Amino acid sequence: MAAFEYAPAPESRAIVDIKPSYGLFVNGEFVESVDGRPIKTVSPATEEVLAEVAAAGEQDVDRAVQAARRAYETTWSKLPGKERAKYLFRIARIIQERARELAVLETLDNGKPIRESRDVDIPLVAAHFFYYAGWADKLEYAGFGPDPRPLGVAGQVIPWNFPLLMLAWKVAPALACGNTVVLKPAETTPLTALRFAEICQQADLPPGVVNIVTGAGETGSYLVSHPGVDKVAFTGSTEVGKRIARAVAGTRKRLTLELGGKAANIVFEDAAVDQAVEGIVNGIFFNQGHVCCAGSRMLVQESVYEEVLAALKRRMATLRVGDPLDKNTDIGAINSPQQLAKIRALSEIGEAEGAERWSPPCELPDRGYWFPPTVFTGVSQAHRIAREEIFGPVLSVLTFRTPAEAVEKANNTPYGLSAGVWTEKGSRILWMADKLRAGVVWANTFNRFDPASPFGGYKESGYGREGGRHGLEAYLDV
Amino acid sequence: MSERLAVRKTYKLFIGGAFPRSESGRSYEVRSKDGKRFLANAALASRKDARDAVVAARKAFPRWSGATAYNRGQILYRIAEMLEGRRAQFVEEVQAAEGLSAAKAQAVVDAAIDRWVWYAGWSDKVAAVRGSSNPVAGPYFDFSVPEPTGVVAVLAPQRSALLGLVSVVAPVIVTGNTAVVLAAQHAPLPAITLAEVLATSDLPGGVVNILTGRTAEVAPHLAGHMDVNGIDLTGAPAELAADLEAAAAENLKRVLRPPAQEPDWTADTGVDRMFFFLETKTVWHPIGV
Repeated sequence: MAAFEYAPAPESRAIVDIKPSYGLFVNGEFVESVDGRPIKTVSPATEEVLAEVAAAGEQDVDRAVQAARRAYETTWSKLPGKERAKYLFRIARIIQERARELAVLETLDNGKPIRESRDVDIPLVAAHFFYYAGWADKLEYAGFGPDPRPLGVAGQVIPWNFPLLMLAWKVAPALACGNTVVLKPAETTPLTALRFAEICQQADLPPGVVNIVTGAGETGSYLVSHPGVDKVAFTGSTEVGKRIARAVAGTRKRLTLELGGKAANIVFEDAAVDQAVEGIVNGIFFNQGHVCCAGSRMLVQESVYEEVLAALKRRMATLRVGDPLDKNTDIGAINSPQQLAKIRALSEIGEAEGAERWSPPCELPDRGYWFPPTVFTGVSQAHRIAREEIFGPVLSVLTFRTPAEAVEKANNTPYGLSAGVWTEKGSRILWMADKLRAGVVWANTFNRFDPASPFGGYKESGYGREGGRHGLEAYLDV
Repeated sequence: MSERLAVRKTYKLFIGGAFPRSESGRSYEVRSKDGKRFLANAALASRKDARDAVVAARKAFPRWSGATAYNRGQILYRIAEMLEGRRAQFVEEVQAAEGLSAAKAQAVVDAAIDRWVWYAGWSDKVAAVRGSSNPVAGPYFDFSVPEPTGVVAVLAPQRSALLGLVSVVAPVIVTGNTAVVLAAQHAPLPAITLAEVLATSDLPGGVVNILTGRTAEVAPHLAGHMDVNGIDLTGAPAELAADLEAAAAENLKRVLRPPAQEPDWTADTGVDRMFFFLETKTVWHPIGV
């Protein structure tokens, strides 16, 4: 039976009012950049220019850090925890009130399907503020000593794949612990962070507690290397993470890094095939594969290879690629032309190195940046598509015979962020979970996130944890 | 009749549970703290020795990290037992190395023995203190457990040859890491004698490897080694520490930075060192029937 056709079901963008240009958010106000230059942010689905923002310069960053320092010393670190908590609860509530607006804006600026921004990103953003709000007046019970102190000013640099969610992961625990922040969103997705600045104003957050400087890598490096910053938190590529680790070497700055991954999603012969295939699809095609913990390597037991692959292809053929604002869309736009070029280049290398490429028949829109869901078979561990993070909707399939071989292959990577295991046998799940060198192991599920659950990598996937009680450690002097 | 001539000890390296000489064939003169007395020619470890030690530590990692916490705790306690049995020898060596009075040296050795006992008791408690069951908003069982980071390079404190050394090695291995240790440059002898204790304490070969030599020569090879997961820079010379930290960024090693000044090792050590070389693994599974 052929798949049902869907009528278009676009979400209205009328709820979002985008200004033609934005300044920086410093000391509680939107201000013009002093030494920055303007950059444009576009909708990756249509290439429409959404707004102009500033790429903050050195003086801008300095101004923001000074504002954060003043706020730290005069108000925020002196505020009782229960009052900080109330500010964070307020922010959580305002996010819930404005959830639909934020979801539409996130989808416009990032290109991700509205189904995901509406059902995953924004609810998790509110949940993170709720969760860490509750910690603000309970820090002495968190296991870091009787009187844990904040670090000071946190410089935070976040990526474009989950713009508002990554902001929440960084800002909520920092503020709960009594730090003030200067946050730099990614240059291609600054709009929801600027909307968050408005939310801080609505919450009457004291000026300077949260400062937002937009811009690209240069702005980020001003922030990271600013002597007034006590703590650096970065989520992004391993390459940039290493550069930042070198930049803070020899200073007293604290550092946490959430970097890349090349997760194995391991399917055993006794796995429930349909559920496993759902998990594989969710693992690699969620958010267009723009996920550091994406299950980009499927390791399938040889005995069920044919069956799983056939089911996977059948399922992939039902994925709907296109307008991210359409409520039935599964896969949206690639975030930028640069990222699209990288995905294309690595996929071509995959073919050149002898792997077999397959995508379901799907029509891609004429404008915007698009890449079809793609699977490579006949992949060996030496292939670059099996070793390098592609950060796109591209799955590499490898096989194994024994559990020991699955572990060996899964761990054969400099990364160690996440892994997936699909089997009906409980003792095997626990054995695999023990052997896999990864910070998160999803068993019979994938890509689950929760503020109460620690997240972060082993090896070159970075250091530190975000979420849970563990996430407080990065923002306390312990 | 002439006086009996003492049989002197040859101090070598400790790699993979064995006591080899440096592959470079080099050695250096170790003198008493006051410089008046020749104590021994210690092995001058080379880059190759450092690499061999990392290989041994990596090889030992699966078994040591996979051992039960109960087993690891007993082995650490056994180290305390063996150290106690050699108390007099250590008092003498520490006295010579650090220029302490007999009474002070005794106190140092006692503290070192007690420190092993303290850490021994931690092995089966770390998971309870650092792990958690996470109340996620959905039908999932979600728990977090601490796990060792892997192979950790340890630059031992330069002033405290035994107590300082024990205070940085025990917290690294009690949680299941394996270690490559660079002993205090000018006072390396208690470290090698400690290796004899470790070798007879049921500690699997390779869990602790001890190099003696020049910190500035060997440390950069450990900091830049791609198969080392963490580095403790406590004993790093100030002028070298920033470079070592930058080199460690190459594979994102966990870096424990040097303290502003060498701590008082006789004081309560706290848990920070032990927790520093831990990862947190979180496991999710759906709940349903």
